[in-house]
Amino acid sequence: MKFESKRTNDKAELQLTSMIDVIFLLLIFFVMTFKIAAQEGDFSVKMPIGGSGGNPDSTDLPIKLRLRSNADGELTDIIVNDSLSFGNDWTKLRGYILEMTGGNATPTPDAGPEVEIDLDYNLRYENVIRAITAVTGQRQGDEIKRLVERIKFAPPRKQ
Amino acid sequence: MKFRKRFDSKMAEGDMTAMIDMVFQLIIFFMVLINFSQDDQNDKIKLPSSELARPPDAPLTFPIVLHLDSNSVIYMGANIVTVDSITPLLKTEIQLLSSRSQLPKDANIIIRAHQNTPGGVVQDLIKKCQDLGFEKFALRVREEQS
Repeated sequence: MKFESKRTNDKAELQLTSMIDVIFLLLIFFVMTFKIAAQEGDFSVKMPIGGSGGNPDSTDLPIKLRLRSNADGELTDIIVNDSLSFGNDWTKLRGYILEMTGGNATPTPDAGPEVEIDLDYNLRYENVIRAITAVTGQRQGDEIKRLVERIKFAPPRKQ
Repeated sequence: MKFRKRFDSKMAEGDMTAMIDMVFQLIIFFMVLINFSQDDQNDKIKLPSSELARPPDAPLTFPIVLHLDSNSVIYMGANIVTVDSITPLLKTEIQLLSSRSQLPKDANIIIRAHQNTPGGVVQDLIKKCQDLGFEKFALRVREEQS
């Protein structure tokens, strides 16, 4: 008895067109919604009401940082401890902090020197962050050398 | 004159394998990097930059994100308020915290303020939060490109 082969010689083919359509739609969706965001980080400030964060400052480095601004919110003067003026030079401020802390302090969030920032109401926030950057650390290559961890704000000065 | 047909009757087909491989690679790449979370993003806010900015090692506990734009308007979730009118929203957060047996001092207020916002407004916002018992604040900045 002879059986005939039911299969033909034609190669079985998958229909890829619709899959490729969907794949390209997905690709376009992801490309359009993709957003390159810059890395973000935080400066932590612990400020309970009516006092400073953590333990009292046990070091002899009470640093009061006064930031003055003009009417446009631009920084005009950096004054430390009501006596030293650095103009608007953040490098000098950092140098002073390095000198005061010895540059080898190992501050922790609950101990070490504390800096109180007292700013004019109009001062642009960007300058506040620059001040915090100048007092909290210094970048050395890929490493960050910590100087001061504890920061607090003086009560706001009303306009 | 008779022309001979150069092609046979079979349809010419390109090899799709390599292209499909590549397209799948691209899709996987974008899928992994896509971020659907809108909580910590706001196009109206241009953060100040700092060379010391580093992403936190661990996510902050009970984060409450406040976006403060240059006109001193605060975006908190879907709500748009001012510093003077943020108290009810923060009280709602406190209720949420207490339902999880947490106190306001356990929460982290993440302040994403525009670089041109007056610093005094940020201070006012911190003061409002302090009045309700919040103690921990994180001033968010973007990493400075060196």
